[in-house]
Amino acid sequence: MGAERVAVVGVGQTKHDAVRGDVSIAGLVHEAAQRALDDAELDWADIDAVVIGKAPDFFEGVMMPELYLADALGAVGKPMFRVHTAGSVGGSTAIVASDLVAAGIHRRVLTVAFEVQSVSEAMWALSFPYPFQPPMHAGAGGYFAPHIRSYIRRSGAPDHIGILVALKDRRHALGNPYAHLHEPDITFESVRDSIMLWEPIRYSETCPSSDGACAMVLTDEAGGDAAAASGRAPAWVRGTAVRSEPTLAAGRDQVSPLAGRECAAAVYREAGITDPAAEIDAAEIYVPFSWFEPMWLENLGLCDVGDGWRLVDEGVTQLGGDLPVNCSGGVLSTNPIGASGMLRFAEAALQVRGAAGDHQVDGAQLALGHAYGGGSQFFAMWVVGAAKP
Amino acid sequence: MTELSLPARFEGVEMIQRVRIPARLAYEFTAGVATSRFLRQVVRKRLVGERCPVCTKVYVPPRGACPTCGVATAEQVELGHTGTITSYCIVNVAFYGQAMDLPYVSALVLLDGSDLPIMHLIGEVPYDEVHMGMRVEAVWEDGDEMEPTLEAIRYFRPTGEPDADPATYGEHV
Amino acid sequence: MRDVAVVAFAQSASAQEGDRNEVEVLMPVVTEVRDQVGVTTADLDFVCSGSTDYQAGVPFSFVMTLDAIGPWPPIRESHVDMDGAWALYEAWVKIQMGAADTALVYAYGKSSPGDIRRVLSRQLDPYVTAPLWPDPDALAALQARCLLDADMATEADFASVAARSLAAAEANPHAVVAGARSVEDLLDEAYLASPLRRHDCPPVTDGAAAVILAAGDRARDLCERPAWITGIDHRIDPHQLGMRDLTAAPSVRVAAERAGVADGPVDVAELHTPYSHQELIVRRELGLADGTEVNPSGGALVANAVMAAGLVRIGEVAERISSGRAGRGVAHATSGPCLQQNLVCVLEGDRGR
Repeated sequence: MGAERVAVVGVGQTKHDAVRGDVSIAGLVHEAAQRALDDAELDWADIDAVVIGKAPDFFEGVMMPELYLADALGAVGKPMFRVHTAGSVGGSTAIVASDLVAAGIHRRVLTVAFEVQSVSEAMWALSFPYPFQPPMHAGAGGYFAPHIRSYIRRSGAPDHIGILVALKDRRHALGNPYAHLHEPDITFESVRDSIMLWEPIRYSETCPSSDGACAMVLTDEAGGDAAAASGRAPAWVRGTAVRSEPTLAAGRDQVSPLAGRECAAAVYREAGITDPAAEIDAAEIYVPFSWFEPMWLENLGLCDVGDGWRLVDEGVTQLGGDLPVNCSGGVLSTNPIGASGMLRFAEAALQVRGAAGDHQVDGAQLALGHAYGGGSQFFAMWVVGAAKP
Repeated sequence: MTELSLPARFEGVEMIQRVRIPARLAYEFTAGVATSRFLRQVVRKRLVGERCPVCTKVYVPPRGACPTCGVATAEQVELGHTGTITSYCIVNVAFYGQAMDLPYVSALVLLDGSDLPIMHLIGEVPYDEVHMGMRVEAVWEDGDEMEPTLEAIRYFRPTGEPDADPATYGEHV
Repeated sequence: MRDVAVVAFAQSASAQEGDRNEVEVLMPVVTEVRDQVGVTTADLDFVCSGSTDYQAGVPFSFVMTLDAIGPWPPIRESHVDMDGAWALYEAWVKIQMGAADTALVYAYGKSSPGDIRRVLSRQLDPYVTAPLWPDPDALAALQARCLLDADMATEADFASVAARSLAAAEANPHAVVAGARSVEDLLDEAYLASPLRRHDCPPVTDGAAAVILAAGDRARDLCERPAWITGIDHRIDPHQLGMRDLTAAPSVRVAAERAGVADGPVDVAELHTPYSHQELIVRRELGLADGTEVNPSGGALVANAVMAAGLVRIGEVAERISSGRAGRGVAHATSGPCLQQNLVCVLEGDRGR
């Protein structure tokens, strides 16, 4: 953490959908940014710098789109910065923005992340069949499914755990008007009976492909104090951490990567957390396939190794449980890839601001935002709190 | 959304929701020096990995650098065509460019003598009989001259040997 | 603000990397920069890199390139889809906030595998400009034409920049084109995109660059004469060319003010101006005096590894300060069509510190 305290005073997101044909790419990011500014009661001119993130440019067919988006994000004459760290990018982007304030370089930073997956074929962009590389036979699900199987083997988790996570997150999404998927009729049976795409992953246990954007306004301590004084509670950044490790390395644990464990330990240390499961009131964790919830609970040290699935089974991670996870509906309900990490960070901020509406965790004081990317080798996390650090 | 007021002549004009803009770019990829060494052996139906001089792990295919040590791999290590399934998934969804009949098995195969599994297809066995620890061998495409790609291996099939001792592949599960 | 310096710099460049992939191009450069100051990846507090998927033709292309530094045990790392000069900026911020004392910054790009001019056209507004496939040479020519029409420069001025750069390149082992030519000789060449000739445009280049940053006493421990970053700032101008006066680059001017270019004499300036006429614009916006030596490396007209070329400018200035050849210098990096986005970095030796 830097010398300057950092506060989240504005959060905005678009309505996420399979196709947002009503807006251009610029219109989509502008929509999220305008909502964040409105929430912060600030104007475009108040912003000192813009930090934008997204996953591969091939998704939209625009190379380095921050150049084209400078105008739509009011960045002209200001610093405009573009981050790309694969799926963790939404989190990494927020951390770069936070760093600019923490270092005392800027007072008010707008940070935005987006993806418009409907523009091109997402499956293509994710598993491009380019020469000389080991073949990808089954896309992203086919990459992660064997590691999920390894988790099931190690932990002895029963088959229905993946179903429970999917059911929980889709029900949570009903309390989030911005979520892509709203499936009021979803049942245990409908998830169980959905097609087994990449066994052990069922269709209803996978994330959708979404168009969407998320934005936040981060300010210095004075900005946070001013928001609090006017009755708009800020979320205070209590800790941030990033970690990376190699993608394909001998002996790398792809079920519980060391980079994830070390990143979690670092963010707790910075936030002064000694017992994360007890101290964290709400967690927004990047779960693109339902089985990743128990896997990440263990990787994040929120339970003992091998116990992640028990928390799911006992309902601990649902809204109203002791450790509510993804009350927004999570990545399983909304997945504009480049924005998905920032949505986790932003939803964590909403929780401690008491601004999460129908998916609010009562009295949340401390929340974790988590993002990961690539083949589980890039991690970005932050802890935000209702109280100033 | 921001409210827009349009000049009268634009009222009632149908909104354009999509434009199709085809874009084609051609690239000439380079496999790299280390991967080229590997692929030049693949065309001769040989699998040659490379050992890191620092940590001694064997990578197949070699990619230029040992990913944990950041140094070039150089010592070539010829591997057999057999290995062990460390994990797998059963694929029920048609995937772009994939010719296998559904369902098929995509697995992580730890080639004997190497330290990192490769992902490949499993054939000649019912999908629901595939399991962790199963011993498999490469089935090459027909012909003497292979294309320089891992797809020169059509798939892996069971060898019929007993399952591998978990101690030999446990750290990869 | 903390005192932060460039303590090591390494680069490679060639017209076409024959057999080496990105990892194999980058690894020797990163190894060299670490060896210059005797550190390992594990000794460094932060790593940040710059590259772009469209240049490689591969989504998530930076992911596998990370192998080149051996990121194990796990490291604190980030990546920008921008020139490496901006990766250096992110690392500088991490050090400023006290979260790191040292950082490795690297950038790389191979332009030869694809048609870089077609590739760069994908940077433009996807709805109205990119479908026309205007290449960067053509857009730069529009900008050069604006300078001519405004009587702000002549084609001989462009050729003078090119002639000086090509002559300077003879002393630069990383230049991919070099050779002293007279202005008259250059003006006899055919146009590539009128009023620009081949020598007014950047050569296709494959390359990589790496820098190590360190703060305060750590910098002094690692390097006899650190090149201190006394100011750094970056700004962006509107994207649509029709909204800009192409003879100017206000984002350069603002960044220069913020970075404090005018706070002292500038012995040397390395400007990331891939087109000869752009040097005239950037030089003016920076307010450089006539005595400033501009692009002693030959600049981007003689080697332009897209995504690394801006970081190379910072490294070239730092190297001249660390070797005692210059006391204070300015490095500039650019991105986007016709100098849309610009970064300015002021570096200084121990004088005044």
